[in-house]
Amino acid sequence: MTTADPLAPAVAGSAWDRLRGFAPPSRFLPVITTFALLVGMFGAGAVRYPGFSDPQVVLNLFIDNSFLIVLAVGMTFVILTGGIDLSVGSVVALSTVVAARTMEAGWPPLVSCVLVILIGCTLGLLMGLAIHYFDVQPFIATLAGLFFARGLCFLLAGRPLPIHNKSFSGFAEASISLPGGYYTTWAVVIALLIVAVAAFVLHRTLVGRTVYAIGGNETSALLMGLPVARVKVGVYVVSGLCSALAGLLFSLYMLSGYSLHAVGMELDAIAAVVIGGTLLTGGRGFVVGSVLGVLVLGTIQTFISFDGTLSSWWTKIAIGVLLLAFVVVQRLVVRRQP
Amino acid sequence: MPETLTPERQEATASHAGAGPAARLAARLSGSTLVWPVLALAALVVVNLVVHPDFLSVRVQDGDLYGNVIDILRNAAPVLLIGLGMTLVIATRGIDLSVGAVAAIAGAVACVSITGSSHESALSTAVVASSLALATCIALGLWNGFLVAVLGIQPIIATLVLMTAGRGIAMLITGGQITLVHNTHFDFLSSGFVLALPFAILLALALFAITGLLARRTALGMLIEAVGINPEASRLAGVRARTILWTVYAFSGLCAGLAGLMISANTSAADANNNGLWIELDAILAVVIGGTSLAGGRFSLVGTLVGALFIQTLKTTINVIGIPSEMNYLFKAIAVVAVCLLQSPKARALLTVRRRARVGTKAVAA
Repeated sequence: MTTADPLAPAVAGSAWDRLRGFAPPSRFLPVITTFALLVGMFGAGAVRYPGFSDPQVVLNLFIDNSFLIVLAVGMTFVILTGGIDLSVGSVVALSTVVAARTMEAGWPPLVSCVLVILIGCTLGLLMGLAIHYFDVQPFIATLAGLFFARGLCFLLAGRPLPIHNKSFSGFAEASISLPGGYYTTWAVVIALLIVAVAAFVLHRTLVGRTVYAIGGNETSALLMGLPVARVKVGVYVVSGLCSALAGLLFSLYMLSGYSLHAVGMELDAIAAVVIGGTLLTGGRGFVVGSVLGVLVLGTIQTFISFDGTLSSWWTKIAIGVLLLAFVVVQRLVVRRQP
Repeated sequence: MPETLTPERQEATASHAGAGPAARLAARLSGSTLVWPVLALAALVVVNLVVHPDFLSVRVQDGDLYGNVIDILRNAAPVLLIGLGMTLVIATRGIDLSVGAVAAIAGAVACVSITGSSHESALSTAVVASSLALATCIALGLWNGFLVAVLGIQPIIATLVLMTAGRGIAMLITGGQITLVHNTHFDFLSSGFVLALPFAILLALALFAITGLLARRTALGMLIEAVGINPEASRLAGVRARTILWTVYAFSGLCAGLAGLMISANTSAADANNNGLWIELDAILAVVIGGTSLAGGRFSLVGTLVGALFIQTLKTTINVIGIPSEMNYLFKAIAVVAVCLLQSPKARALLTVRRRARVGTKAVAA
């Protein structure tokens, strides 16, 4: 949404004419809707609850959801090609377990981070190969990945493993002071960096354009001479990489590794991507939308914790209702423009 | 997509024409999608027999049958039921992710209704509660059908809505508590015996038989497959695609409801968080192992039956061998990968080429 559109035709005339005649391109509409919803929710919260309008609430939103942002970025790549990745939650859990286990064995944190990332990429690569070269449906291949990663977790650790490594926990607890007495964490900085890199790759590179082209029409993309096979396998590697990174951020957040971490987190990631305006059929959507989707999910939880009288299950119901609203609206929009 | 294999299969049959009936049977069997799941199930049973030679033994106690096999049958009932509904949904090129949540809602509605009635242990209370729960589940299935058939939303996302919200709704119904019930008639759904066999599996098999008859002895099965292959073409051919879609999703809701009642009767409690957790994945697995393609247009109910039994036998086997039950996931993953690769036309073609090459070198050597 914030990225400039290189394809927009230059509009002649004075600045006022341009401003008056400005209408956002229709492909940005879903993201703008999500943004408006987020602003509206914050407005409502600020009116209802004292303290909701504090900027630290916004910063906490990022701190508490940094891993989900990274997860949603990877999921966006996969969904843009028309696929789906159910394995991400399990890979997050596997990453926390591997990180905790190796650091318990005395490995330096950096080495165990590299190992975690390698494992995530390998799992993604295997799923991608099965999907592209053996025509296994993405749903089924990543379902196998879900079971496999969760099984490995139990194999490695049946009980929660705390992470005691000094430099790792030091990095987790370090906060970055911002002007005005506010603070944030390094995890947020890493997550936002990943978002920036992902947006750059999607909009400024051949790989990114191929991702969109595959989602639009795979056969056409192939006939255009785009590297379909590499990119289609690649998006699952990206998703595996993002899951591993999200797992590391989650380890930073929880300071423990456990095989029951992140159960059902893949659904949150998918929901965030859909709420962010990405079409599940592929070819349309933005990483920034997915970030906004994560923030919307986080705001629902903030709402419920600020209220105090609402029960936790309202979170699930609210997410379901939002999901429904977005899907129906998207459906109507798509119907209008064939 | 077994259609693409037909020429090869014919060729294989032709090449074996002079080789006697046994070879011809083998050639026919290797072309059938049911062979691999049945072989896998048989292999599991053999593993069990090696570890515990009396694995298959069944004893009679108080006129009812007990034993590992009976346990497997009884515990496979919920997955079989949900798999049954899922098979038909998948045959229309859809998927129903909400079944686990719907099962939890069924348990919640039934248990809250039983605890709320004045005669908590009466038969009529159990019947009313179960009917109420099933009606709710059919309504939820119709809701999914509405989203898919009328609004034209992708099935995976349409049912994801209820999957996310469903457990919240179930908790709303139970008030976030694990609701315990004391009603022997309700427990009968899961632990009762009829004609020496568990009531749960008889109920599941009865529904299975009725569905099989309706699907294969009437045009219903063909219509469902037609919708799965091409909804638009089938509509133009005069098939009421929308009605078919509504029906399969409502049926899936009903199956999920029945399974949910069994799960909740098994513990005499409604646990909105854990009842039927991940059962949608097990059911989809059962369907896929049974050879039904997620691409729609073709389904095998018998395959789903074998798939559900396979999943339950796998769980039991892991317990029997003494591996921690969490390992289940790993074995399930291996099973899915193996079955998917064996069913993938490309992987099969690769195997066939290798085999042919080997036969060719042998011929040259001779």
